[in-house]
Amino acid sequence: MTRAVIVGAGIVGAACAEALTRHGVDVVVVDRNPVGSGTTSRGEGNILVSDKGPGAELALAQLSRRAWLEVGDLLGRERIELEEKGGVVVARTGAGLDSLHAFAEGQRAAGVTALDVADPLALEPHLAPDIPGAVHYPEDMQVQPVLAAAELLAAAVDRGATFRGGLDAHAAVTDSDGSVSGIRAASGEVLEADVVINAAGTWGGEVSERLGAPVPVLPRRGFILVTEPLPPLVRHKVYSADYVDNVGSSDAGLETSCVVEGTRRGTILIGASRERVGFDTSLSVTVVETLARQAVTIFPFLARVNLLRVYRGFRPYCPDHLPVIGPDPRAPGVIHACGHEGAGIGLAAGTARLVSDYVTGGLTATTAGEWAALLPDRFAGLNKEARQQA
Amino acid sequence: MSTFTFDGGPVPFRPGQTVGAALVAAGRPAWRTTRVSGSPRGIFCGIGICFDCLVTVDGEPNQRACLVRAEPGQTVTTQEGTGHEHD
Amino acid sequence: MSTTDVLLIGAGPAGLACAATILAHSDLSVVVLDAGHGPGGQYWRQPAPAAGPNALVPGELADLHHDQTTFAELLQEVQRGRAEGRLELRSEQHVWSLVPVGDGYAAHTVDRAGGPSRTAGSTTRARAVLVATGAYDRALPFPGWDLPGVMTVGGLQALLKAGGVAAGRRVAIGGTGPFLLPVAAGLARRGSTVVGVYEANRPTLWLREARAVARNPAKLGEGAGYAGTLIRHRVPVRTGRMIVAAHGTDRVEAVTVARLDRAGRPVVGSEHRLAVDAVGVGWGFTPQLDLAVTLGVDRRPDVAGTEVVAVDDLQRTSRPGVYAAGEVCGVGGAALAVAEGTLAGAAIVADLGRGAAPESLVRQGRRSVDRLRGFADAILRAHPVPAGWADRLEPQTVVCRCEEVSYAAVRAAIDERGAGDARQVKQLTRTGMGWCQGRVCGYAAGLLTCGAPGPAVERLVSAPVPLGALADAAAGSDD
Ligand SMILES: Cc1cc2nc3c(=O)[nH]c(=O)nc-3n(C[C@H](O)[C@H](O)[C@H](O)COP(=O)(O)OP(=O)(O)OC[C@H]3O[C@@H](n4cnc5c(N)ncnc54)[C@H](O)[C@@H]3O)c2cc1C
Ligand SMILES: Cc1cc2nc3c(=O)[nH]c(=O)nc-3n(C[C@H](O)[C@H](O)[C@H](O)COP(=O)(O)OP(=O)(O)OC[C@H]3O[C@@H](n4cnc5c(N)ncnc54)[C@H](O)[C@@H]3O)c2cc1C
Ligand code: FES
Repeated sequence: MTRAVIVGAGIVGAACAEALTRHGVDVVVVDRNPVGSGTTSRGEGNILVSDKGPGAELALAQLSRRAWLEVGDLLGRERIELEEKGGVVVARTGAGLDSLHAFAEGQRAAGVTALDVADPLALEPHLAPDIPGAVHYPEDMQVQPVLAAAELLAAAVDRGATFRGGLDAHAAVTDSDGSVSGIRAASGEVLEADVVINAAGTWGGEVSERLGAPVPVLPRRGFILVTEPLPPLVRHKVYSADYVDNVGSSDAGLETSCVVEGTRRGTILIGASRERVGFDTSLSVTVVETLARQAVTIFPFLARVNLLRVYRGFRPYCPDHLPVIGPDPRAPGVIHACGHEGAGIGLAAGTARLVSDYVTGGLTATTAGEWAALLPDRFAGLNKEARQQA
Repeated sequence: MSTFTFDGGPVPFRPGQTVGAALVAAGRPAWRTTRVSGSPRGIFCGIGICFDCLVTVDGEPNQRACLVRAEPGQTVTTQEGTGHEHD
Repeated sequence: MSTTDVLLIGAGPAGLACAATILAHSDLSVVVLDAGHGPGGQYWRQPAPAAGPNALVPGELADLHHDQTTFAELLQEVQRGRAEGRLELRSEQHVWSLVPVGDGYAAHTVDRAGGPSRTAGSTTRARAVLVATGAYDRALPFPGWDLPGVMTVGGLQALLKAGGVAAGRRVAIGGTGPFLLPVAAGLARRGSTVVGVYEANRPTLWLREARAVARNPAKLGEGAGYAGTLIRHRVPVRTGRMIVAAHGTDRVEAVTVARLDRAGRPVVGSEHRLAVDAVGVGWGFTPQLDLAVTLGVDRRPDVAGTEVVAVDDLQRTSRPGVYAAGEVCGVGGAALAVAEGTLAGAAIVADLGRGAAPESLVRQGRRSVDRLRGFADAILRAHPVPAGWADRLEPQTVVCRCEEVSYAAVRAAIDERGAGDARQVKQLTRTGMGWCQGRVCGYAAGLLTCGAPGPAVERLVSAPVPLGALADAAAGSDD
């Protein structure tokens, strides 16, 4: 039986554990902290196709969407609060609407359902009346990330996987031929494995170095605003079209473009900012005020609603804004599954599919096809430079 | 004696008291029902920490009765659920 | 936006003492922001200022207060500072965030002075800030604790001191700590029948604290005063007892009290039921650390494991320009808060190079802090939460009052999903995600998961802020 050690019990590691145990792989998941307590507990639970242009990431998002629906059926959609609520992208100006329409056109060609909305108020009655137009993406979904991670991990454990919380993956155990045959914990304990999966999220860069297969993963800070609980006044995930441009940007400065969405328990989440400030944990009042203003512009009723909480997280991003998924030729036995930036929740189920195919032999670096763009090979020679740039 | 209106009826208070203190003095321990189970709630912490005492004052929902000063002629109303149910 | 030399957050004993020291020994300008209706904090809580023939005036509540002379002296200094235009005291101003800006700090504030429909935002900048935000009551869940009429002891006290209102005709008081006594005494003075004060711990624990007691004779006198009042009003004080349930449908009608065994567990068969119309419970206080945690100042555990702000012997935190005094540095009561506030004032004056407090004042302040801190630690050791506090919880007992999360749901998160701390329980069950952001249930969640209070929770926003007020601020800063 193939033995796999997964480093990281975030949404990605948990999804990998669930997928691998389905194929009979003997899995040990290790995390220095509790399940889902990393970036997985710091974001929203959007599973989006709407914000991605054609390419490998969109293809992964589409695969992942199907995989999430299967996971939902397996674990119970209620239990993980998986909802096919759909997204609505609103333009705030006529010019914005034109570029939104052009973007949607390209997505439709790639198989995304994107419906032009002439009357946004019919979809979202509380929107500002002067919104010129919108595009409706019925495929966008939402999940509660920590519940999902906990349930995915529990499903894997039910199939015989082991979870080792409080265990810091300190180093690789390396054979004479350079291949990795396990990990060494900070305590000195050795866990043997045929494959080691780097699902350490924002710390994936650090773990990759410890495994002798460095990939550049950097933090990108984001704040999210949470309101008081309300009746269901916002039905979809509603975001302004500038979000689409922000996602792909590598600008170091602050970017905010708000996404407004209701949650099951009534609170409204307003996200999210993007800043490259390392792991700086301080509160940025400017970000909070800017997000509030954008949200009130789209949904004027929010002006009278109280902000109760702000939380922040650090998205794991690679310099080219694509996740790194696949076997690392420099350290045979290591498979990366990290760097998903602001889409790791959405992409987790699909990532787990790819990882399980790589482990079980259904997929190799040479047969990766459309997934080749995500392989670690692309960082050959790039690592140092990228880290300096950060 | 000064009064404000609570759910249509007068509640006496002494200027300087909060809405919550006046309601408690008037023998009313609850003025809100919760979102999930519809349970009644009133003052718990008394100092603005717990948010159990939420009430609608002059049409503004979710005011802490233990903090809001009672004013003559104020309209105070029992609040259900999120306080925004009829927005 | 307004600018000042020194910003004091909190106008309780600590903040007022700091203000008085700065005014007396420097020419610095001071702004004091407080969420309440006026100066005094919890200890010297007053009715909101009001006029008219019928208005509640502080004088008629004087019998509920202590150390009124100290308060009067501090207020006099503050008034003088106001008259000289050096001090501004702004009430109903809740600082929702305190952040570093340039070589100083900015406090972003929700201004509620205009009443419910006119909540606005404002910002104050200063070179030095004092965090003197005090503490709040520590509550633990028990069956029926969510019934109207069940309150914290501090809540009962606040109704008395600020409203002149006794919350019930027949009141039971429970929990632990010396604070139960003044509340019971105040209620008795105001005509309530206090059916009993149920102190979970036994006086034997105090036998180990002889030194702290001997060094603080005034504390004994204070205690004796309450005891006298309680005897006069025939209030039974029972130790080794706990209120294990409250009963009623729309409001509390009765409580069940049980005896605790030596291990602190309720004894089966020891229960008795009492008719009441109000209940006060308190298990000590939790320091209000939201602003301090967000600023990232160093913290230390107190003798009971609760995180408090770590300060040097002049109340400096690990961040230059940030000082802390009072309950935020460890719960210890008003006299300690005054002593710490005085020291903080001396430090600020010296550090900003704008004067000097007399050596003797600093020496005396340090001695008081040392002695009173010793007594505060003794209180914490002699009044632990009993081991069996959760024995009588029922599956349907609400743990998180805001999100109405049951004990069964919390147990499932711990037992079935391996939740090992309050944060995990929150993520899995929403315990602590509601209006109060875990200020009420967080302590219980910590005890249930790891048997300890756990690290101070990070709350980047320390009070609700209307999004409209934030949006206006954003629009303003563009101009
Ligand atoms: C503000 C914000 C909003 C977001 N919104 C969304 C959204 O709407 N939709 C979406 O899809 N994504 C969103 N994201 C992104 C998403 O949260 C992340 O991409 C995702 O959580 C990454 O999951 P992960 O499992 O890779 O990482 P993590 O959840 O961080 O898990 C990695 C784990 O590895 C562990 N670990 C690290 N090093 C070691 C070691 N040496 N030994 C042992 N364990 C180790 C960590 O403790 C951690 O638990 C958002 C992120 C932010 C910050
Ligand atoms: C409800 C209650 C009642 C109490 N009653 C008594 C009593 O009767 N006798 C007794 O001996 N002890 C009492 N205490 C204990 C009390 O903590 C100390 O006696 C003493 O008041 C502590 O002084 P302090 O200055 O540290 O804090 P406090 O007196 O608590 O003062 C802190 C002040 O800071 C303000 N504040 C807090 N956060 C913010 C913010 N973010 N922005 C603006 N302002 C803020 C508060 O409004 C408060 O006025 C009580 C405590 C509580 C919680
Ligand atoms: S009673 Fe707790 S906030 Fe008012």
